[in-house]
Amino acid sequence: MAYLDHAATTPMLDEALEAYVATAREVGNASSLHAAGRRARRRVEESRERVAAVLGARPSEVIFTGGGTESDNLAVKGVFWARRAARADRNRVVSSAVEHHAVLDAVDWLAGHEGAEVGWLPVDAAGRLDPERLRAELAAHGDRVAVVTAMWANNEVGTVQPVAELAAVAAEHGVPFHTDAIQAVGQVPVDFAASGVSALTVTGHKLGGPTGVGALLLARDVAATPLLHGGGQERDVRSGTLDTAGIVAFAVAVEAAVKGQQEYAAHVAALRDELVERVRQAVPEVIFNGDPVDRLPGNAHFSFPGCEGDALLLLLDAQGIACSTGSACSAGVAQPSHVLLAMGADDDRARSSLRFTLGHTSTREDVDALIAALPAAVDRARRAAALRTPR
Amino acid sequence: MRVLAAMSGGVDSAVAAARAVQAGYDVTGVHLALARNPQTYRTGARGCCTLEDSRDARRAADVLGIPFYVWDMADRFHADVVDDFVAEYAAGRTPNPCLRCNEKIKFAAVLDRAVALGFDAVVTGHHARLGADGLLRRSVDPAKDQSYVLAVLTRAQLDRSIFPLGDSTKAEVRAEAARRGLAVADKPDSHDICFIADGDTRGFLAQRLGEAPGEVVDALTGAVVGSHSGAYQYTVGQRRGLHLDRPAPDGRPRYVLSITPVTNTVTVGPAEALEVDRVRAVRPVWTGGARPGGPIECEVQLRAHGDVVPATVSLDGDALHAELRRPVRGVAAGQAIVAYRPDPAGDVVLGSATISD
Repeated sequence: MAYLDHAATTPMLDEALEAYVATAREVGNASSLHAAGRRARRRVEESRERVAAVLGARPSEVIFTGGGTESDNLAVKGVFWARRAARADRNRVVSSAVEHHAVLDAVDWLAGHEGAEVGWLPVDAAGRLDPERLRAELAAHGDRVAVVTAMWANNEVGTVQPVAELAAVAAEHGVPFHTDAIQAVGQVPVDFAASGVSALTVTGHKLGGPTGVGALLLARDVAATPLLHGGGQERDVRSGTLDTAGIVAFAVAVEAAVKGQQEYAAHVAALRDELVERVRQAVPEVIFNGDPVDRLPGNAHFSFPGCEGDALLLLLDAQGIACSTGSACSAGVAQPSHVLLAMGADDDRARSSLRFTLGHTSTREDVDALIAALPAAVDRARRAAALRTPR
Repeated sequence: MRVLAAMSGGVDSAVAAARAVQAGYDVTGVHLALARNPQTYRTGARGCCTLEDSRDARRAADVLGIPFYVWDMADRFHADVVDDFVAEYAAGRTPNPCLRCNEKIKFAAVLDRAVALGFDAVVTGHHARLGADGLLRRSVDPAKDQSYVLAVLTRAQLDRSIFPLGDSTKAEVRAEAARRGLAVADKPDSHDICFIADGDTRGFLAQRLGEAPGEVVDALTGAVVGSHSGAYQYTVGQRRGLHLDRPAPDGRPRYVLSITPVTNTVTVGPAEALEVDRVRAVRPVWTGGARPGGPIECEVQLRAHGDVVPATVSLDGDALHAELRRPVRGVAAGQAIVAYRPDPAGDVVLGSATISD
């Protein structure tokens, strides 16, 4: 199998898996007062320090969560609630049009259920945000903005955003800035303090850790109202018994991914560039999406004119090649990507897109397999799409 | 051979896919998303277009170890089946949406896409036999036989269709599903029309066609005997729900004899006036052998699960004529007439056409 969907999830690193199994064998609730509890707590705190150290945060700024979606929800809703509770007229959220659904739907929920106003920041044809648009938004409404949220790097088209510039603009207006860095950590340099953001989402399974564990880095001076109430763990912001084994494995993976980032990025980007070049040769009319320079090293995203992405996925899947079309609704129906639509693509182009993402286990053989299967798949998908007769 | 198994989430299509796997085909499962808004369609066990059905289909595919995808056919389904259904009622006819779905969606839009993508055939869980001789026959289970709603398929469509269940009764299919560990083994059968959420066809039509009050007229006397709020709400042969103001002079029940959209009139009369001994139909499809040059003796069925009557059938260009050996009541325009040749190995579908009058 050629697994070209590392942005969906990537295999666990051996050292993370071993750390998980070893820790999971030990009994102990990190909140317990006895020796077993103290041992578990020590493991958690050591992990917190490791994560903080490699991501440029203080240990007290690391809040362990059940993964990226929870971290995003906690940041968006939690900071919104806390800031509005402090001042009732602060009920505006600023977000980008290309966020992951974990942010997008949380923002929509605030609009629908909490009466929040939303300022949506547009992107250019490469999917890039313009800090000047944020500056204009905050100049107009800054006093009433509870939180700004904009991703570090886009999960679909791979475009890396000017996060530090955006965070600086937010800081000028004293507005907390959250960034979903799920796709960025381990792929590009990420430093919490240096970037100037107030909150940052990271998750385990995109960088070689386990699924279901992640963190929200939350600056000490930023309050967040909890989503989960209970035992008061994690600064009272995230109750729930700590997943000691998951946290330990997560920390091992984060440390390995961040420390190895440069070497990894150079290797994967070279392979990605080869993939892009060979796809272009095989299918000359292909459109390469996203920012050509400021992009994730493992991401290659294309539109195949005249094809439907879900047909291509089916055909490539049958040849043992795993890739992604973007999002699907709960019934499993492929949807046109909101990211591509926000970048100005029409519905047909948005539906004709496929994402290939490389990771730490990717090889040239994976690229070879894709190139061997792609032309025939494109040919068939075109014939299938041509049947869609306009009525 | 690569085949595409259409999986509704029900027990029949799951077992059909399982048998295709067992027969050695390279099987891919596809669930058709037909609802624009799944919540508005029938929920749970009764429908074929809900989120639960899509999950059931996916689980069956998991158990069989085959790839599974959801294909969005909502727009096509809406245009070719739902809109057609409404338009047919508006024109005073009584459509069969399952038949139309087979003709336009499952064995057209889906089959064409499958072929373009490199598949050789479509597998469905319909209860009908289609053997090596290429003839479509009734299922061995007369209660579940679906040859009537498949009779509209052309030779080219049948040549790319596989119906693995035709030799089994429904009870056998359920038992096999349980044996294979398919969770849908006990799932109740779907009934009625999948896109009418509450089963209220009149309400569904009223919502789309609006109120159109008109008169109910007695065929014998010409007298106005009642009123209606939309002629499309009636079907030829209907007895219940006429709400007539005046009883018939002879005290006997009256039935809908005809619907005239132009005047928005529903005509009622006694049961014997419903009797028909000749049927005209249009757009014939003939798959049970060479198209006949002259009249042939056969049996015809005039609605789903309807009685079978001996008849003489002849084709004339784009028309089909049938002389029935004994009169039949409640023949509605828009339904299919299906001609069968009796056969001990399963009655053979000769052809079908859409009843015009």
